[in-house]
Amino acid sequence: MDGLPKIRVRDLSKSFGDKVVLDGVNLDLWPGESVVVIGGSGVGKSVLIKCIIGILTPDGGTIEIDGKSITGLNPGEMDNVRRKFGMLFQYAALFDSLAVWENVGFSYIQHSRLSEREIRHLSEEKLRMVGLPGILDLMPSELSGGMRKRVGLARAIAVEPEIIFYDEPTTGLDPIRADAINDLIISLREELHVASITITHDMVSAYKIADRIAMLYRGKIIADGTPDEIRSSDNPYVQQFIHGQAQGPITDELGE
Amino acid sequence: MANERRRSSMNPVQVLEWIGRRSLVYLQESGQGTILFTRVIRSIFKGPFPVRLTTQQMEEIGFRSLPVVLITAIFTGAVLALQTYSGFKRFGAEGLVGTVVALSMTRELGPVLASIMVAGRVGSAMAAELGTMRVTEQIDALITLATDPVHYLVVPRFVASLVMLPFLVIFADIIGIIGGYVVAVTILGASSTSYINRTLQYLEFSDITIGLLKAAVFGMIIALVGCHMGFYTTGGAEGVGKATTRAVVGASILILISNYFLTALLF
Repeated sequence: MDGLPKIRVRDLSKSFGDKVVLDGVNLDLWPGESVVVIGGSGVGKSVLIKCIIGILTPDGGTIEIDGKSITGLNPGEMDNVRRKFGMLFQYAALFDSLAVWENVGFSYIQHSRLSEREIRHLSEEKLRMVGLPGILDLMPSELSGGMRKRVGLARAIAVEPEIIFYDEPTTGLDPIRADAINDLIISLREELHVASITITHDMVSAYKIADRIAMLYRGKIIADGTPDEIRSSDNPYVQQFIHGQAQGPITDELGE
Repeated sequence: MANERRRSSMNPVQVLEWIGRRSLVYLQESGQGTILFTRVIRSIFKGPFPVRLTTQQMEEIGFRSLPVVLITAIFTGAVLALQTYSGFKRFGAEGLVGTVVALSMTRELGPVLASIMVAGRVGSAMAAELGTMRVTEQIDALITLATDPVHYLVVPRFVASLVMLPFLVIFADIIGIIGGYVVAVTILGASSTSYINRTLQYLEFSDITIGLLKAAVFGMIIALVGCHMGFYTTGGAEGVGKATTRAVVGASILILISNYFLTALLF
């Protein structure tokens, strides 16, 4: 763990009105590492990622990418930082009005002078990596949920990112397709050596893809360790969550 | 339902609260709208202009709105002739029907009615499209792909609407005047030559150009309100529905209000 972390989050806070969502989050992501952030629905896992990627502006704290702070960057500078990122959204967020190849090659259409033929070729290459060759001209509405996610993944890796964010990559898929996505995430990490942050509440997926698991609860990271450390954690909140129990300290505090 | 029940049992304090809350919403929206407007203007001149997206929108806003606008215009011109004739006949001024139709169409009804029809057709579509993109995270996806959503989504709609509305209104003016002519000459028995003469005699070039200027302003209003409502949509499919309604109502009201002030200022 020498050198600089890809991402260093310190004391990050974010509120919406009276609702405090993040309350002093600390998180590091080292090169080539896969960190999984777990936590219940609505604890602010997505908010955390959206702050790092610059979609939301945090109220306090710092975020450093490769040692440089991104708070206070102007939009142009922030766009340059974003070129290091790829993101897979929960429901893929494919552009409905564009064909698959235009979705996957979106960055190249917008930001390069490559010809249509070259972009189609690049898109086909990325689609092959996610196991979907030959669908360049389909529209997103013609794809199944699992295929949409994989196209979303192809779009995320198209720009050859250094860091990929996965927002609930397995949610809404059957167990077999979910595991196929897990395998894909692992093989992408091995082939492309990218670091990644995944947010999920699917523990099967978390154990499989994580080098490190962090649990977000009440706006703070309450546990951070290897999958084995998390499994054997004596924190009762962690234990309730990873075993999916309806009774325990989390539900007691919610008054349910 | 819940709303109805709450409103029927409101005491005076609650009425004041409701007024206050509504006023805050309007203030907030005019603020957001103004910010969006300045972002759009700055964004137009920044980076490569999105030509292909803009021409697509021009086709949608201009060409595809033509039938609706023309039907509105021809019947408006026709009914104007009918009404003016029966009114003016009372003091023997039925010879001026052509003048009234031409002035009303070019200065007022062409721009306003065409714009309100386009607000219903296109403003709603903009709100629905951008609203759906917002709730399905497509707008967030644009940002992560280092693409400014204002530049990619709003600028093409804004420019296309600004450019196409005046064109639509030229057609509306012409067709409206023809509608009035057909009614006056064939049904009311006016003389064709004197109708045309009276029309041309009193119609000034500035009547037309100022009408077109108004149309350009209305075009900006339609795109801004439609995109704004879509852009700030929250609350899933229901939110998209609400945004669509508010886009049409908001744009129509703003068109009518600004129409008064533009008319007072320009004519």
